[in-house]
Amino acid sequence: MSTALSPSALASAPTPAARPGPWLAAWRRLRRRRAAMWGLGVVLMFTLMALLAPWLGLQDPIATSWGSIRKAPSAAHWFGTDEIGRDVFARVVWGTQASLLAGVVSVSISLLIGVPLGLLAGFVGGWVDMVIARITDAFLACPFLILAIALAAFLGPSLSNAMMAIGISAAPIFVRLTRGQVMQVKVEDYIEAARAVGNPPWRIALRHVLPNTLPPILVQATLAIASAVIAEASLSFLGLGQQPPAPSWGSMLNTAKNYVEQAPWMAIWPGASIFLLVLSFNILGDGLRDALDPRQR
Amino acid sequence: MFAFLLRRLASLLPTLILVSMLIFGLQQLLPGDPAKILAGEDQDPQVIAYLQAKLHLDEPLPVRYGYWVWGVLQGDLGESVRTQLPVLDLILQKLPVTLELAVLAFLVAVLIGIPAGVVSAVARGSAWDHGANLFALWGLSTPNFWLGILLIMLFSVQLGWLPASGYVSPFEDLAGNLAAMAMPAFVLGNAIAAVLMRHTRSAMLQVMSSDYVRTARAKGLSERAVVIKHALRNALTPIITLGALELGTLLSGAVLTEQVFTIPGFGKLIVDAVFNRDYAVVQGVVLFTATTYILLNLLADLAYFWVNPRLRR
Repeated sequence: MSTALSPSALASAPTPAARPGPWLAAWRRLRRRRAAMWGLGVVLMFTLMALLAPWLGLQDPIATSWGSIRKAPSAAHWFGTDEIGRDVFARVVWGTQASLLAGVVSVSISLLIGVPLGLLAGFVGGWVDMVIARITDAFLACPFLILAIALAAFLGPSLSNAMMAIGISAAPIFVRLTRGQVMQVKVEDYIEAARAVGNPPWRIALRHVLPNTLPPILVQATLAIASAVIAEASLSFLGLGQQPPAPSWGSMLNTAKNYVEQAPWMAIWPGASIFLLVLSFNILGDGLRDALDPRQR
Repeated sequence: MFAFLLRRLASLLPTLILVSMLIFGLQQLLPGDPAKILAGEDQDPQVIAYLQAKLHLDEPLPVRYGYWVWGVLQGDLGESVRTQLPVLDLILQKLPVTLELAVLAFLVAVLIGIPAGVVSAVARGSAWDHGANLFALWGLSTPNFWLGILLIMLFSVQLGWLPASGYVSPFEDLAGNLAAMAMPAFVLGNAIAAVLMRHTRSAMLQVMSSDYVRTARAKGLSERAVVIKHALRNALTPIITLGALELGTLLSGAVLTEQVFTIPGFGKLIVDAVFNRDYAVVQGVVLFTATTYILLNLLADLAYFWVNPRLRR
């Protein structure tokens, strides 16, 4: 990331000590992008909602009430109630947990599988690269959601298996991305220099190559969280994710689609939440890409 | 060109073999005796014995894989535990429905995505450009099953213009068929239109600043001719390559769309199979989709040649 500074920025920097680090410079660029900051703000808001759900004084998200079935939004139930009298607002807020958890955990799984394999393939090359590339191709040949459905089906339906399935299905993208980045970085002069002073290969790979491949991986990870949130909602919508009665936006929509005439509010809020969260991650990812890739400015 | 084609076809083979291993391997994820699980809830001893023999469960794994692949090559994808029908027959029976949905959705995507991308690149920075970018962001962030539900609320429940669900064969009633497919095709095409718009925009921006576009302008061609005949033609190459990757989204999205609109296609088949623990059907559908996806990408490569004459030599 030593290329993050433009020549003019270097010239205007009074002393080397005052020059901001590449990550700090990127953060400053990101902060200037209003859309990206909105995205970040909404993501933080949802995170707070997920973490603080137990203390927000909400109604019990799984308590049924036969006296208030499919009631329209009112002061008592801001988002109305569902087919067995549960408070939709409480379920939407609690559902944030499943969605964010799925987004973050499945992308972490993808990163844990994808980045080391990509690093290995790109750095070692030769037959190791060929084998990894071929396996990646095979995974990429199965459409993402279909593979996730199949994995979730064979592993058994549950939120943790859905996260596993999404994580595994999305890992090949990170293998490919990391591999491509490593191939670009490993021919740079500073890597040659690191080699020349006698660093062992593993040290070059971990200390010199890997950090320089991180910016695009971070961007992709942000965008992948957006896809993972949609994927979890999709699997839950199909009944393969979070199992009832635990709240999840996808499974709420699955029930809601049977009541579009009688209780449209059941479908509007969980869907709007998915949309808003995914939109925020997408905007944030786009902003990060612009902030981290100096060539695109 | 033939050399390229041969190389491309040869590279397909290892991918297909690995895909088949992957899908065969899914079975290993099942805990316990696969025959017992595959036999479904009835646990009929006869069925279990039949499955044990058919899956060669007493043989080592590589041998079982060999038997399985040999069967697949002869069109034997196994049998549905539920309906006792061969999986391939079930797939072929549902295929036309999904195919129609996919083709219509792709048309929607191309008709919206490419013009939107061209307009936003040509009028960069204008209100059109901002509008198209917002549309792309919206398309990428809207879960298509939610969009489907919203459209049903508007067009079926409120306005009563279109049927909320159901499928009519186009050979019985073409108008009814198109009415039933309009919303699903739009829902499925919408997300892909967003991606196509982004690819088209960036490809067009690159092409519009190239020398040959400047030459075309200098010759005094109308802006319209420059954009359509010179710029778009050349921008199509990256659009096709990147667009082909979206065919996977199309197949995945079809599963959800069919679920929302109760369309009896491929997606409905795999989802029902998952709930009936009809694993052979799940495996068959995944294998079939993956193979289709691989072949569609091959077609995209051929299209790449078609629009780019320089590669033909």
